[in-house]
Amino acid sequence: MHQNYGFRLFKVDHNSRHAAPRRRGRRAPVSWDQGLSGRVGVRQPVLRKKRRRRRRRRRRMEVVVFVFSLLDCCALIFLSVYFIITLSDLECDYINARSCCSKLNKWVIPELIGHAIVTVLMLISLHWFIFLLNLPVATWNIYRFIMVPSGNMGVFDPTEIHNRGQLKSHMKEAMIKLGFHLLCFFMYLYSMILALIND
Amino acid sequence: MLLLPYSLTVCYPVSAIEYVFTGPRIKIPLQYLVEIENSIRKCPAQNQMQFPSGYGLHPQNYIAPSGHYAQGPGKMTSLPLDSQRGDYYSGLYTVPTQNVVTPNTAGQQPGAQQMYGRVLPAPHMAGSALGSFPGATSSASHVHMSASVNHHNSPAVGAANSSVASQGFPSTCGHYAMSTVSNAAYPRVSYSSPPAGDPYGQQMFTSQNAPPVRPIRDNSFSGQNTAISHPSPLPPPPPQQYHQEQSLSGYSTLSWSASGLPSTQDNLLRNHTGSLATANNNPTSPVADSLSSSVMQNVQPPVSSPVVSTVLSGASSARTPAAACHPAEPAASVTQPSELFQQKEMSSAHRERTVPEDRHHGGPELNEGMQYGDYVNNQASSAPTPLSSTSDDEEEEEEDEEAGVDSSSTTSSASPGPNSYDALEGGSYPDMLSSSASSPAPDPAPESDPTSAPAPAAPQPSKVAKPFGYGYPALQPGYQNAAAPPGSGPPSASPVYSGFQQYAQQYPGLNQLSSGLGGLSLQSAPQPESLRPVNLTQDRNVLPVTPVWAPVPNLNLDLRKLNCSPDSFRCTLTSIPQTQALLNKAKLPLGLLLHPFRDLTQLPVITSNTIVRCRSCRTYINPFVSFIDQRRWKCNLCYRVNDVPEEFMYNPLTRSYGEPHKRPEVQNSTVEFIASSDYMLRPPQPAVYLFVLDVSHNAVEAGYLTILCQSLLENLDKLPGDSRTRIGFLTFDSTIHFYDLQEGLSQPQMLIVSEIDDVFLPTPDSLLVNLHESKELIKDLLNALPTMFTNTRETHSALGPALQAAFKLMSPTGGRVSVFQTQLPSLGAGLLQSREDPNQRSSTKVVQHLGPATDFYKKLALDCSGQQTAVDLFLLSSQYSDLASLACMSKYSAGCIYYYPSFHCTHNPSQAEKLQKDLRRYLTRKIGFEAVMRIRCTKGLSMHTFHGNFFVRSTDLLSLANINPDAGFAVQLSIEESLTDTSLVCFQTALLYTSSKGERRIRVHTLCLPVVSSLADVYAGVDVQAAICLLANMAVDRSVSSSLSDARDALVNAVVDSLSAYGSTISNLQHSALIAPSSLKLFPLYVLALLKQKAFRTGTSTRLDDRVYAMCQIKCQPLVHLMKMIHPNLYRIDRLTDEGAIHVNDRVVPQPPLQKLSAEKLTREGAFLMDCGSVFYIWIGKSCDNNFIEDVLGCPNFASIPQKMTHLPELDTLSSERARSFITWLRDNRPLSPVLHVVKDESPAKTEFFQHLIEDRTEAAFSYYEFLLHIQQQICK
Repeated sequence: MHQNYGFRLFKVDHNSRHAAPRRRGRRAPVSWDQGLSGRVGVRQPVLRKKRRRRRRRRRRMEVVVFVFSLLDCCALIFLSVYFIITLSDLECDYINARSCCSKLNKWVIPELIGHAIVTVLMLISLHWFIFLLNLPVATWNIYRFIMVPSGNMGVFDPTEIHNRGQLKSHMKEAMIKLGFHLLCFFMYLYSMILALIND
Repeated sequence: MLLLPYSLTVCYPVSAIEYVFTGPRIKIPLQYLVEIENSIRKCPAQNQMQFPSGYGLHPQNYIAPSGHYAQGPGKMTSLPLDSQRGDYYSGLYTVPTQNVVTPNTAGQQPGAQQMYGRVLPAPHMAGSALGSFPGATSSASHVHMSASVNHHNSPAVGAANSSVASQGFPSTCGHYAMSTVSNAAYPRVSYSSPPAGDPYGQQMFTSQNAPPVRPIRDNSFSGQNTAISHPSPLPPPPPQQYHQEQSLSGYSTLSWSASGLPSTQDNLLRNHTGSLATANNNPTSPVADSLSSSVMQNVQPPVSSPVVSTVLSGASSARTPAAACHPAEPAASVTQPSELFQQKEMSSAHRERTVPEDRHHGGPELNEGMQYGDYVNNQASSAPTPLSSTSDDEEEEEEDEEAGVDSSSTTSSASPGPNSYDALEGGSYPDMLSSSASSPAPDPAPESDPTSAPAPAAPQPSKVAKPFGYGYPALQPGYQNAAAPPGSGPPSASPVYSGFQQYAQQYPGLNQLSSGLGGLSLQSAPQPESLRPVNLTQDRNVLPVTPVWAPVPNLNLDLRKLNCSPDSFRCTLTSIPQTQALLNKAKLPLGLLLHPFRDLTQLPVITSNTIVRCRSCRTYINPFVSFIDQRRWKCNLCYRVNDVPEEFMYNPLTRSYGEPHKRPEVQNSTVEFIASSDYMLRPPQPAVYLFVLDVSHNAVEAGYLTILCQSLLENLDKLPGDSRTRIGFLTFDSTIHFYDLQEGLSQPQMLIVSEIDDVFLPTPDSLLVNLHESKELIKDLLNALPTMFTNTRETHSALGPALQAAFKLMSPTGGRVSVFQTQLPSLGAGLLQSREDPNQRSSTKVVQHLGPATDFYKKLALDCSGQQTAVDLFLLSSQYSDLASLACMSKYSAGCIYYYPSFHCTHNPSQAEKLQKDLRRYLTRKIGFEAVMRIRCTKGLSMHTFHGNFFVRSTDLLSLANINPDAGFAVQLSIEESLTDTSLVCFQTALLYTSSKGERRIRVHTLCLPVVSSLADVYAGVDVQAAICLLANMAVDRSVSSSLSDARDALVNAVVDSLSAYGSTISNLQHSALIAPSSLKLFPLYVLALLKQKAFRTGTSTRLDDRVYAMCQIKCQPLVHLMKMIHPNLYRIDRLTDEGAIHVNDRVVPQPPLQKLSAEKLTREGAFLMDCGSVFYIWIGKSCDNNFIEDVLGCPNFASIPQKMTHLPELDTLSSERARSFITWLRDNRPLSPVLHVVKDESPAKTEFFQHLIEDRTEAAFSYYEFLLHIQQQICK
């Protein structure tokens, strides 16, 4: 085997097309061994690059996630403000209950979806804390939507909204959501900036 | 400014001393008094002591607890105002013996009345006043004592008055009336009296008012007295009463004497008190009322005698000093008050000036008086301010000034608002003040005292005999500010203010004053009775033998007289708690029950170019506003000061100018305005009726068309409407049939639209036609309709599309759609599935499907409502038809719902007859179109839930496409802001509608209620029927939104909570027993009745539609009818006699006593009539007297009575005559004409009858006794 080594090499050289890959293939393992044996400094940059790439990807993803969340959150904030304005219009008699409720009911599902998306996104991107923070609100949205009695015209029912302080509780809910979304907004903003810096 | 310190000082003492009552010249330590009070409270036997709010019981009272006294105290406790009145009275009463001088007393009576108002509070007031006084002048105990004594006396008087009132003696009313009359003569005087009436909530007002009033009163009283003596025999008869009263007055008198006030003045005061006492006495006798009234009138003429006024001024001065606490000072103070009065008068430019002037003369302190007067005027409420400290804000302009003074005098918060309130409430008070102007000084003091005193309520009376202070003591918390009285100068001024305020108020509230007085007395009377603890487990006969009447709010007589009829407007608590915390403590629902469009026999209709309304809150002018002067009035809901328009100055009734307070708007709490074009968004619509008829096989089989067409033919000319009336018909099965009735056609044309997915109108114009132009065609159609579909094979019902078509047809005009449906809609939009599981009918667990299955009908109803169209549903079905869903079409469009289970025209004749009668009523009753109803309430209260058939368009605006006389509404209230600044709250409903004649009209009801600060007063004022009806409404909501079992639990908890809350207020009573205040003794019974009602019962087989229908009924029936549904009335009718019979339309109607709803009351020998609202049952016992069966039923014996008997034959026998006239009387004016069932014992139908015996045990529910034990168990947990 040893005697023929050079020959083989030669042969190999002749069949460079085949050989080159082989060499590389062989070398690579060697280099791996070498690396393992102690030349870490030389070989790790490659690994780092890969990791960096992954991290970069992750960070980029993170940035994307937070930018999206931020936008979504902005939309939710606007929606909350819209809810509050419409409800207070109703409170002040600027609009009637019917148009108020039909306006608001239109946006109940978009709000629900918008918030559910952020929540799921946070779960996927493994931001547990933010996910857990969002979970109750998202659950409440869904619960509220599901629990609408069959005879009602939506979450906001014009015949009920003036009863039993519903208007006030809706208002309170919208306020709380606004506060929550504002909190989230700044969290997302901070996280996004952090992600950008780390990138 | 001075007043402020005074008030403060006074307040402190007052608070310290609650119940002070001194016998004449006898000073009783506060503690002692308190003990007395406590003992009184504790011991039911001591009725006298019953006054919950430390009624300053006069030692004398104690000593001589005459029946009157007892009553008086009770009333007293309830009414803080009384104390104030007491002050006044004290002045008046100074000489108890003088009281004996009843003739004079007549004149005095007004004052007394005023006093009463105040007096009631007086005990408290007195206490407070005393406290304040003592506190203020601890060192100057003598002087103060005297002042306090006066106060006490006055409270005592008030108590006496109150007691009288509580007794509900007409005579008291008469007194009040007297006061009112006097008010008329002396506007201020009358006002003062109203404050007196206020005692409960508005004590402050009264108290404040009272002081000023006193002088006026004196004058007026004197005049009145004379008048009274002549007109009213009552004064003489009541000597004993007088004595009692005198004793009360004696306190005051004693106090006065102690104070060293002019004896003459005192005498006058005493006389007044005496008159009051007499009045009180009179009340006991029915005649008294008439007398009192006569007295009132008489009083007016006598008006104020100058001398009296002068005396009064002296007295008043004394009173004012009382505040100052120095007898000597009183005179000066008096003068001041007089001045104040004068000023006030000047400002108001009212009649009472003369009296005030006298006072002015008496007192150099005109300036102060002026100030006071201003205060009074502006803050008529301010006088009461102590109470109304918060209210001030509202009154912006003048109020501020006055408020400033008042507030100073009162406490910090007492601001114009309260004053305004006081003025409003105690409008009479101001009058009183004016009247008192003659005795101004005392008045001011009283005011100050009252403010301080009222809060303490009574404890002080004994200590201080201050005449002035008395009035103050009467004033409750509001008055406390006045408490300052010890600091003679300022306090006096403050009282003066109150007086002025009263004056201002008096203009509007002259009547109020008198009413206030009366109210006080009345109030006081009910309190003791309504607070009497009842051991429910031992007292087995809680149900009274006569129908339960609505409790009368504890207002003064004037106000009470003016107040809205309880038939139209009721509140669950006739005494509104001051704060939400207090309400929560009481655990009682707070809400209103309305019957706004009730058929009225008497209704003032006002045609006027300008309808006077508050500029900021748009409240209509009403009897409870206060006139600051002739040109301005203060809104009683928002306290804004508004201008009186020029037109309003002219009174069309009397054709006089310059008497805005005598306008019918201000004299009646229920009025109707003819609205101008400002109240129209479009020209008034014509009456439009559309009938939507189910003609599927099922409907034809049931045969309702015959009955309907027959009824329509009969009533076609009686349909409400004018020459523009339009009518249309539409029938449907699986297709929709329109009828072209255009004039000129030879016969009606039927147009069939089978496109039910997208309904359209085949012709636009000729489907709704003018009733008069096309009458022949319409008659042809009605004659043909019943036979047109006899051979139909179509079983489907396209109700949804038919309703859409109806909506399209009606939307250009609006009107009424009457839908007749006999089965589940099975085609097109809005189709429904059967949801009922018959096996679950008697389930004790979950009852499902109480809510609608689809929102189609709700949306349709809202569309209809938007187009001013109401949908009335007649459901005539033999099987489940999902009423829960169908009812939505009526619920939200302000329609009404009729349900005839198992309807069949031949198989079920009773239902057929019922339909026929209902239709007759339905087609011919009044109707209002394109209506809206707005409910307003005093600032601080808010409405949060509405019950009834309507659509809530905005927070307080109910959109009613139609309004009919059988619609009732309920509103739940919450107390958003503390009501401490005010002693009265008002509620106003305004119903704007288009009459069937095309007139735009506004019907306005205004209800005025006192505000109270103690739990006992809240319980004393419970209207148990209203509370039950409101609870039933709430329970319906709960059943639908949550579950039936939740609703049932909530009902039981309502009883448990309220009784345990009450139990905790009466410590020391047997804990083992279930104790309820007398006012609530029927509460558990009614709740048990509710639990056994079809709507809420479990365990008994109940069809879902029946249950839902019962719930719909609860939601939209007015209280009177609902109560019969909940708790039927049982009478024994085999022994009807003319004893106690009433005469109606030349018929003698026997009035048999009510029986308990228990089988134990059913004897086999008897015959019983049960009135369940929509059904009458006559149960015939097995061994019933054959004479009865023969004479009334027309059968020879029991065995021959037919099984299904629905009529009583018209036999020419006395007992038949009686029975029929009784039943006819019961039937009158029912929205649902009751069907009569004769039930033989042993017949299968008797289960129907027996399930209404709610006190008995059933397999699924408690008996009444078991229920009580259950509650007791829950309470003990």
